[in-house]
Amino acid sequence: MAYELIEKIRNNELKIEDIIVHTFSKIEETEDNLHSFVHLSKEKALNKAQILDKKYAKGESIGKLYGLPIAIKDCICVKNSPTTCCSKILKGYHPPYNATVVERLLEQNNAICVGRTNMDEFAMGSSTENSCYGPTYNPWDNKYVPGGSSGGSGAAVASGQVILSLGSDTGGSVRCPAAYCGVVGLKPTYGRNSRYGLVSYANSLEQIGPITRCVKDNALLMEIMAGKDPLDSTSAVVTVDNYIAHLEDSIKGKTVAIPKEYFGEGINISVKQKVNDAIEILKDLNIKTIDVSLPHLEYTIPTYYLLAMSEASSNLERFDGLLYGKITPEQKTNVFKVFKKTRGEGFGTEVKRRIILGTYALSAGYYDMFYMKALKVRTLIKNDFQKVFKKADVIVCPTMPTTAFKIGELIDDPLQMYLMDILTCPVNIAGLPAISIPCGFDEKKLPIGFQIIGNYWEEQIILNIAYQLEQQLQLYKKLPEIGKRRR
Amino acid sequence: MSELEIIIGLEVHIQLTNLETKLFCRCGNHYRGKEPNSLVCPICLGYPGSLPVLNRKAVEFATRLALALNCEINEEFFFFRKNYFYPDLPKGFQISQYNKAGGKAFADGGYIEIKIGSQPKKISLNRIHLEEDPARMIHQGSIASSPYSLVDYNRSGVALIEIVSEPDLRSPEEAREYLNQLKSIIQYTGIADLDLEGSCRVDANVSLKGHPRSEVKNITSFKEVERALKWEIQRHKNVLKRGKELVQETRHWDDTRRLTISLRTKEFEKDYRYFPEEDLVPIVLEQSFIQQVKDDLPEMPTERKKRFQKDYDLPEFNAEILVIDKNIADFFEETVNSNDDFTSADFNQICNWLMGDISRWLNENNTNITQTQLTPELLSELVILINQGKITGKIAKTFIDAMMSGESPKKLIKKTGKQRISDEKVIRKIVKEVIENNQDIVKDYIRNPKAIQALIGKCMAKTKGQADPKITRDIMKEELEKSLQ
Repeated sequence: MAYELIEKIRNNELKIEDIIVHTFSKIEETEDNLHSFVHLSKEKALNKAQILDKKYAKGESIGKLYGLPIAIKDCICVKNSPTTCCSKILKGYHPPYNATVVERLLEQNNAICVGRTNMDEFAMGSSTENSCYGPTYNPWDNKYVPGGSSGGSGAAVASGQVILSLGSDTGGSVRCPAAYCGVVGLKPTYGRNSRYGLVSYANSLEQIGPITRCVKDNALLMEIMAGKDPLDSTSAVVTVDNYIAHLEDSIKGKTVAIPKEYFGEGINISVKQKVNDAIEILKDLNIKTIDVSLPHLEYTIPTYYLLAMSEASSNLERFDGLLYGKITPEQKTNVFKVFKKTRGEGFGTEVKRRIILGTYALSAGYYDMFYMKALKVRTLIKNDFQKVFKKADVIVCPTMPTTAFKIGELIDDPLQMYLMDILTCPVNIAGLPAISIPCGFDEKKLPIGFQIIGNYWEEQIILNIAYQLEQQLQLYKKLPEIGKRRR
Repeated sequence: MSELEIIIGLEVHIQLTNLETKLFCRCGNHYRGKEPNSLVCPICLGYPGSLPVLNRKAVEFATRLALALNCEINEEFFFFRKNYFYPDLPKGFQISQYNKAGGKAFADGGYIEIKIGSQPKKISLNRIHLEEDPARMIHQGSIASSPYSLVDYNRSGVALIEIVSEPDLRSPEEAREYLNQLKSIIQYTGIADLDLEGSCRVDANVSLKGHPRSEVKNITSFKEVERALKWEIQRHKNVLKRGKELVQETRHWDDTRRLTISLRTKEFEKDYRYFPEEDLVPIVLEQSFIQQVKDDLPEMPTERKKRFQKDYDLPEFNAEILVIDKNIADFFEETVNSNDDFTSADFNQICNWLMGDISRWLNENNTNITQTQLTPELLSELVILINQGKITGKIAKTFIDAMMSGESPKKLIKKTGKQRISDEKVIRKIVKEVIENNQDIVKDYIRNPKAIQALIGKCMAKTKGQADPKITRDIMKEELEKSLQ
C-alpha cells in the first residue's frame, strides 16, 4: 500500500529507485498475461527516481507522493509523452502540456508515471476490448475481461504491477474495472476534479478518478487531485475535505439507502448475495438501513447513451488529421478527402457507431425528440437521487449486475454491453460521487464490486464508509496469481 | 411593373480588437502583423483535453455594446456549439450562442437610429451574441485556383460579437447609414477599432417583397456592403424581369470580381447541430455588474451631438456629422478648448474645417485623424491667423496639406510668402482691371446681382486667394455701382 511504502522511504528502509526497479520487473514478468500497459516509460521513471532519491537524501522536500509509481490511463495528457486514447487516430501524438491532475500528482507531489494504461478507444466501452492495441486480460482469470473502459488501470493495480493508477469515469469506466478486478475505484462529484487535459468523450458526464488497492490510497490521491482549477470552468470552488483524517471516523448511526430497483431483475444471484452480506456487515457497525426507490432507473441506459453519444459526436470532431494524428493522404488532394480518410481509417467500429448515432440525435428535426428529451429525463433522475438523500447519507448497491464476462462474449452485441452500465451510469447522469470496493468473489472466483453512492461533494462520507467496510472484509491483501495463462 | 420594396437585414460580425487576450484562452489578441501561428496555445488550437475559460473582459465589452444599442441583456446565458468541419475550425465546432433550443442570445432587441434625408428612422435589432473567430485561411490568389491553403491560427479564438438586425432596411443607402451609425457607436464604446483590416464581416439577407431571399456571405468590409447589396438587388430584379423565379439560397460575395456566386440552395443548408457547450458553466451577470458597466459607459454619439448643439452652438446637421467619428469629435473639443477666447463663430469655423477640408483630406488619404501629425494647437493657430486677418480662408485651405504633416501655419506664411492683401489701393486696382476685362459679367450683374460672386472669384484668382474677401466685396460693389451710373 502507498502508505506503507511512504513510511519505508521516510525511514530510509527503501529507496525510490528500488521501488521503481521492482515495479518494472513485476511489469516485465506479468505484462504478457495482462497487457495492462500501452506505453511504458522506464528510462524516464528511473531517472526521476534517482533525482528524487538524491533530493531526499539532501533533506529536500519531495512532495506528498515520494516518487511512488503510478499508472495513468491513455486519455489523460502527460506532457511530451504518448497520449493516444488507444486510438489509431492519435498514434504518435505527444501533448505539449500536462493535465491538471498530472501536474498536481507528478509535478507538485512527485509521483512517477511508469506508463500509460490500456482502455477502450476514447473510453467507449465496458471491457477494454475496443483498444487499437488489443484487449487487457483480467488478472483473476485471463479468459475474462478486466472491465472498462479503464481496464488497463484496473488490471495493473489488481495484479500488483502498481499500487496507484488513474482512470476516467464517463458511465462507470472507473468503477466497472474496479469491480471486475477487485480493487477500489472512485468516481468523484462532477466538478470535484479538474478535467483539463482529459481527452473528452462525453464532457458533461465524466471525471478523472483514482483506482487503487485500498481506500486509504484512494483518499490520498483524491486529496491531492481535488479542488478548483482555473483552467476548467466546470471545476467547483467547494472545500476539499481532509479525506484521510476522517477514514477512521465511526459510521454509527449513518443511514444507508437500499434502492430496490438496483437489486431487481438482471442482477446476478451471487452478486446480490455478496452485496447483501456486505450490508449485513455495515449493520453490525450500527448503521441504519432504509429501503428506497429510484423509479427512473429503467430510463437511464437510453438517457445515458443519448447524452454520451451526442456529446461524443461533437467532442471527436477535432480529430481531422490536420494538427495532430496525421494519416498520410495522397498528394494534392482535397481537404475534405483528408478528413474522411483520417477519420475512416483512424477510428474503430465502436467509436464510429457512437459518432454516427450522436450526430443523428443532434440533427435538425430529431434534436427535440432525442437530445432534449434526454436532458429532461436527466432532471428526473437527479430528482430521484435528491429525494433519497433527504433521508439517507449514502446509497449502496452492486457496482455491476454481474461479474466479469468472457473476452469476446459481448463484443458483437453492443446493446447487451451497454446494459452492463445500468448501475453505474445513473451516477454520471446525476453528477454524484460513487466508489466501488471489492466485497467478495463469485463461484468462478471473480471479484464482485460493492458500490457506495454519496450526495454532491460528499466524497468524505463514501470514503469513510468504504474504509470501515474494507477493514472488516480485508480483501485488499489478496492478490491474484498471474502467469497461468488459461486461454 | 411598379418597383418592389427592397428588404434587407444585416448580420454584422465585429472583432473585439481592444481586448488584450482571446475569448477562451490567454493568448494575445493583437494578431495583425504577427508571425503566423505565433499566438497559439492548446486551447485555441483545440488540442485534445484542452478546455475553454471565458474572458471576463469580453463579457464586459459585450455588456457595454448591448447597453449602447439599447438591448435587453439576458442576465443568465450559456454558450452553444455550432458544429461543422472546416480547416479553419480546429475543434470541429465554433463556440457561439444560440437563441433556440433552450438557448439565449447575449442580449435581445435594441435599435439603432439612422437618418434618411432629414427623417429619423429606427432600425430594430434582433439580438447580439458573443462567439469565437475561426482561424484565418490564406490562399494564393482566389480560393478556387490556389494550389494550397495555409492556416494561421493566430485569429482562432479571437472574440467576436454578432449584431443581427431585423429586416428593417429598405435600400443599400439605408444599410450604409446603419453601418455608419453602428461603427460610430462601437468606436464610442471603445471595444473595437473597426478601421483594422478584417475586423468586421457582414452577411446580408436580401429580398424583394413577396419573393424568396438570398443570404450574401463574406462581405469583408462595411464599404463593400453597399456595393454587394446593389449588385444582388439588381440580380433579383433581372431574374424577375426575365420572368423567372428566385430561390432561397446562400451566396458568396466575390470582392475581386464584384459579384455574388451561389453557394447552396435551401435544401442543402448546413445542419450545424447546435447544442449546449457543457465545458462552460452558465454565466450569471449580476445586476450590480450591469449597473457598473452602465455607469462607466462613455458618452454616446447621440448625446454628444445634443451637447455639441447646446455647448458650441453648432447646427444639428453639423453636430451630427461631426460626432460620427469619435476621433474627429475629440479633436474638435480639444481645439475648441485650447483657447478661452474662442467664440461661437470660432466653434463653427473649427467644425467646418474638420467636416470640410480635413475630412476630405483624410478620406483621400484613407486614414484617420489620429494617424496624422495635425494637432488641435495647429488648427487653433490657423483659426487665430484668419481671425487676425493675417491670412484669408483661401490661403488657409492651401495650408491644410502641409499641416497634416505637422507644419505650423505661421511657418507656412513665411515659407510660401502668402498672406492677406488688405491694402485698399492694391485691391481697387485689381477690381478695376477685372471689371474692365469682364464686361459681359458686369452686364449680367444688372439683372442678376449674384453675378458679383463671379467677379470676386476673378479677383481672388488674380491674387492667388490672398485678397481679403470682405474688402474685395465692398470695393467691388462700390466700383460696380460707379461703372453703372
